[in-house]
Amino acid sequence: MPPNHSHRDVLRKRTQIGFTYLILIVFLFIAILPFVGIVLTSFKEQRELRDSPFTLPQDWKLENYTDAWRGARFSAYFKSSIIIVIPVVVISCILATMSGFGFAMYRFPGDNLLLLLITFGLMVPFEAVIIPLWQIMGTLGIRDTYWALILPQVALSFAFGTFWMRANFKNMPADIVDAAVVDGCTIWGVLWRILFPLSRPALLSLVVLLFMWTWNEFFLILVMASGDLRTLPVGLALLRGRYASDVPVMAAGSVMVLLPVLLIYILFQRHFIRGILSGSVKA
Amino acid sequence: MQNLSGNGALPSRTFMQRLRRKSVVPFSNKSQAILFILPGLVIYLTFVLLPILGTVRYSLHDWTGFSPPEYIGFDNYRELYRDEDFRKAIGNNFFFVIFYTIIPILLGLFLTSLMSRSKLKGMAIFRTGLFVPQVMSPVVVGIIWRWLFEYRGPINQTLTLIGLSEWIKPWLGDFTYAPYAVGSVGSWVQYGLCMILFLAGIQAINEELYDTAIVFGANPLQQFWYVSLPGLRQQILVAFVLTFISALRVFDLVFVLTRGGGPGKETIVTSILVYQNTFNLNRAGYGAAMAVTLATIIVAISAAVFWLQSRNDDTNAT
Repeated sequence: MPPNHSHRDVLRKRTQIGFTYLILIVFLFIAILPFVGIVLTSFKEQRELRDSPFTLPQDWKLENYTDAWRGARFSAYFKSSIIIVIPVVVISCILATMSGFGFAMYRFPGDNLLLLLITFGLMVPFEAVIIPLWQIMGTLGIRDTYWALILPQVALSFAFGTFWMRANFKNMPADIVDAAVVDGCTIWGVLWRILFPLSRPALLSLVVLLFMWTWNEFFLILVMASGDLRTLPVGLALLRGRYASDVPVMAAGSVMVLLPVLLIYILFQRHFIRGILSGSVKA
Repeated sequence: MQNLSGNGALPSRTFMQRLRRKSVVPFSNKSQAILFILPGLVIYLTFVLLPILGTVRYSLHDWTGFSPPEYIGFDNYRELYRDEDFRKAIGNNFFFVIFYTIIPILLGLFLTSLMSRSKLKGMAIFRTGLFVPQVMSPVVVGIIWRWLFEYRGPINQTLTLIGLSEWIKPWLGDFTYAPYAVGSVGSWVQYGLCMILFLAGIQAINEELYDTAIVFGANPLQQFWYVSLPGLRQQILVAFVLTFISALRVFDLVFVLTRGGGPGKETIVTSILVYQNTFNLNRAGYGAAMAVTLATIIVAISAAVFWLQSRNDDTNAT
């Protein structure tokens, strides 16, 4: 039996809700304030740095962005990031859709063992594969090409994507598949014409997650890429010379790294949160 | 809902096979499953599984990365056991667990216990904002905080402004405070995740449980201890795994924040040490042994948690 809602209870409830909002607002500010600071700084001049980071720039200077883009070669890094992220996401999604379907719809000897092997891909850091990877790229003759940066990320994304899409297909209504099969649909048709359109939400989550992980990937690119093959995060981290000590230019570079992920995150935030939280242990 | 495994569990399956034996490819066709899985699997085997085995093999060799590898059994691992730097690095990883895992979880639990359990308006905005540090590139997080922690940077400016100028320190360059400074960035990244998880979890707990507790005279602390905490078990587990593994894997953040472990080796972590041994010190075999050890710890912890989780599910089911 819930206790009676007396006047005092209502008042207490209101105070608690107000207090809850207070906590949330304070911690929301702590989470996004450093980001606001870096955006404001990216429009400032060097001499304005002595002011508080949260004052508005005296006049919004775009030169920091042009300096980063041309002078610090962020145009090349940006191009590289794009050239890597698109094939990784597209190829991984296709391969993961197929294997997720295969694991969800079939039982075959050794299927659990195979899944267990793929689980390693969810946990193993690139540090543990990097040297043999370097040698394999040499053997295949693709060292110092974009493929050396794309394929390893496809491989790791495939591991996550397989589990993600397998879970998705397992939740599909069995009747639909049965009906399609009765109607003479081939298995290939079941996958691409019936289940694929139904999998759009899961696939969208996969796309945004893989986009973020690939865009932010650091270790692999740091080791495998040199010069203009480097992506934005690595280019930013390895920036040397006169721009490296130029805080506003570094800030402008940081904003360039962040902005694409942030935009997609704001558009699809539910997908991000769901995906990251499921990334723990999912088998 | 049954899955469509081809073990004949669904009666309609055999019926369908009889019905359209020629045109329909039944789901029990095992070679077909392989066709779906194979393309990705080949890439996975080539670029993940094979290299793992390669790394394990190199970890048993004395190898500069250029010279012909010389088999030395477990000598690398024995050296690892005595290596002061490695101990320091692993020690730092676990020190960072305090900041990545313990502090965000305790803070998250504490704050959730103070919060209202009723659904609130505008939660989407808070959820989006609190999660932002999770989606940011760690390189950028590192650059932002390196700038905030600079000697003439915003944090010290603020300290001067509020009259605490004696607290001013070169945070990331200070042998005593650098590990705490790096750790606190970890807490900053992770606390939002914990808050969101716990807040969603606590709202999913049946309100009747609280009513019952109140009827039995439980004070707010007891309500939290006996109702909220057990109800949040799953969320705490997820937060634990995610943050613990990030604390063990951390690389980019330290690479940028303290330029790879400074001052001295005060903030060095295992992955940085792997990188240095392999690519700067020409000790690829030794670096491989470190990488294998780190990966083993990560896999072991994940496996343990998975086992715990499945055991929980079993007990819940009965």
